[in-house]
Amino acid sequence: MNTISTEAVQGRPAAGLGAGTSPMGTERSRLLGNLGAWGLLSLGGIIMLVPFLWMVLMSFKSLDEVYTFPPQILPNQFLFSNYAEVWDQVPVARFFSNSATVAISATLGVLLTSSLGGYSFARIDYPGRNTIFLLYLSTMMIPFAVIMIPLFVQMRMLGWINSLYALIVPGLFSAWGTFLMRQFMMGIPKELEEAAEIDGCGHFRIYSTIIMPLCKPVLATLAIFTFMGFWNDFLWPLIVISSRDLKTLPLGLAGFQQKVALNTPWHLVMALAVVSVLPILLIFIIGQKYYVRGIVTSGLKGAA
Amino acid sequence: MAASAPAFPQGPVASRGGMTGRRRRNLIAGYAFLIPNLLGVLAFSLFPIATTIYLTFHEWNLSDTPVFNGLQNFVLMAGDSLFWKTLGNTFYYTFVAVPVAVFLAFWLALLLDRKMRGVLSFRVIYFLPHVTLTVAASIIWAWIFQAEFGLINWALSKINVDGPYWLTDSRWAMISIIIMSNWKGIGYAMLIFLAGLQGIPPELLDAATVDGANGWRKLRHVKVPLLTPTIFFILTTSFIGAFQAFDQFMIMTNGGPAFATTPLVLYIYRNGFAYFKMGYATSMAAILFLCILAITLFQWSVARRWVYGFDMDN
Repeated sequence: MNTISTEAVQGRPAAGLGAGTSPMGTERSRLLGNLGAWGLLSLGGIIMLVPFLWMVLMSFKSLDEVYTFPPQILPNQFLFSNYAEVWDQVPVARFFSNSATVAISATLGVLLTSSLGGYSFARIDYPGRNTIFLLYLSTMMIPFAVIMIPLFVQMRMLGWINSLYALIVPGLFSAWGTFLMRQFMMGIPKELEEAAEIDGCGHFRIYSTIIMPLCKPVLATLAIFTFMGFWNDFLWPLIVISSRDLKTLPLGLAGFQQKVALNTPWHLVMALAVVSVLPILLIFIIGQKYYVRGIVTSGLKGAA
Repeated sequence: MAASAPAFPQGPVASRGGMTGRRRRNLIAGYAFLIPNLLGVLAFSLFPIATTIYLTFHEWNLSDTPVFNGLQNFVLMAGDSLFWKTLGNTFYYTFVAVPVAVFLAFWLALLLDRKMRGVLSFRVIYFLPHVTLTVAASIIWAWIFQAEFGLINWALSKINVDGPYWLTDSRWAMISIIIMSNWKGIGYAMLIFLAGLQGIPPELLDAATVDGANGWRKLRHVKVPLLTPTIFFILTTSFIGAFQAFDQFMIMTNGGPAFATTPLVLYIYRNGFAYFKMGYATSMAAILFLCILAITLFQWSVARRWVYGFDMDN
């Protein structure tokens, strides 16, 4: 704070006249600034969007149209049949349902375990609590890439290799989610539950009838984050899943692209890419508010 | 407990007995709420950590019994030129991709932090790549970088530049992957910067305006200092993330050409799951962890020199 206010004070002598620019002038420069910003942002926005657009366009082209130079922007005819053809070549519905099974069960599990754990850390006072919480914080610092091999060994001991259990069960618990829930629940006033306690409510009643309804926004954030994480995950399924019928979408997509490395049917690969990207984009656009809030709170919590 | 419980039946008068009863109830409830979560977190983090420590001192091909080999894994590593090459690749990727992304995201956030028509749509557009599957994004970009039919070389040909063979030229492959990764990751950093910018009290900026500070001075002396905690947060988490990047390397180049784009994580993956050198792969993972830890600790140790308010919070 100190540095900033002295800087501001240093600027003062010049200010007497400098601040007197006419409102017209500042308004004009603001507009010019906006126009410049708009131009730059549009240019960047095009770079952001072109890959998506290209993916969609390619998914409707014939293979000949894909292999042309200069690239042909629009297909002569939109071949919706590409999507049917992908359906014939790979079990898209299975990939889809595997991805959904994993992402939905892990999300439900995380919501339950994290909210219970968060409640315990935030709202119940008991010996050992803070020590255990520190333990949680420290497990958050272990990167996945570091423990992927031991985790694989563990799954092998449990007999879960090539089974969706390996994708779901380790995902049911989240130190990060517990931390997020705890932080949110800490902010709920204590008085709310004291009344309930006098009425003889136990902790589970307080958790389910008072705290959880208040946690809807953070639960939504956690749900979207977890769902997206599992939907997009590639490395872990790649390690533990090998049979085709158990593959998730990213795995199926990668396999489809690599299986035919020399003569890749790029138009079909793109169609499968569209199928795998579409649901997550829809979820993002619907749940945008919560997702953005989650990033902002987690980011600023870490920063503050 | 046994003595006090019958002596003080329930009721508001029984303050001391009530306290212990309540304390016991809290203890039971506290652990009951936590147990499923605690068991899970412990099972899937402590067990792997213990296994990591065990495996670093063993040679194991996954089917036979592990053989104790002391520090042999690390001796092997020291003489393994591919280990050094891939570790170098990880550093190259991390230390180019992250600063570029953070710099661009910061300017993007500044551009987006204004009241302007369409600004919300821009925020969503810049964020879309972040929610896209990395595998799908990598596939799209692999085609965009494709030398003969790709969009980039077509655009370059328009200005009479003969584009390189991006993904199959060892000079360009890593740069291509960095471009793709930043396309994908920039929205996330932008969003956090934006949140930071919007958290700056408007009074401070107004005061600076009254004092005659122009846009640049406001940026230099108000916004940047107040955003240093956010920059610090993004830098630390992005470094940790970049050290573990995997998907785009596997999909776009599969580590090639000639290991030019094999990061350490991909090399660990191959050693573990293609060559079944579980002990060796785990030892390299331990080194990866130490690198991440060292860089994070270094960032923390220099943070108080440049991060605003860093001491106050600690």
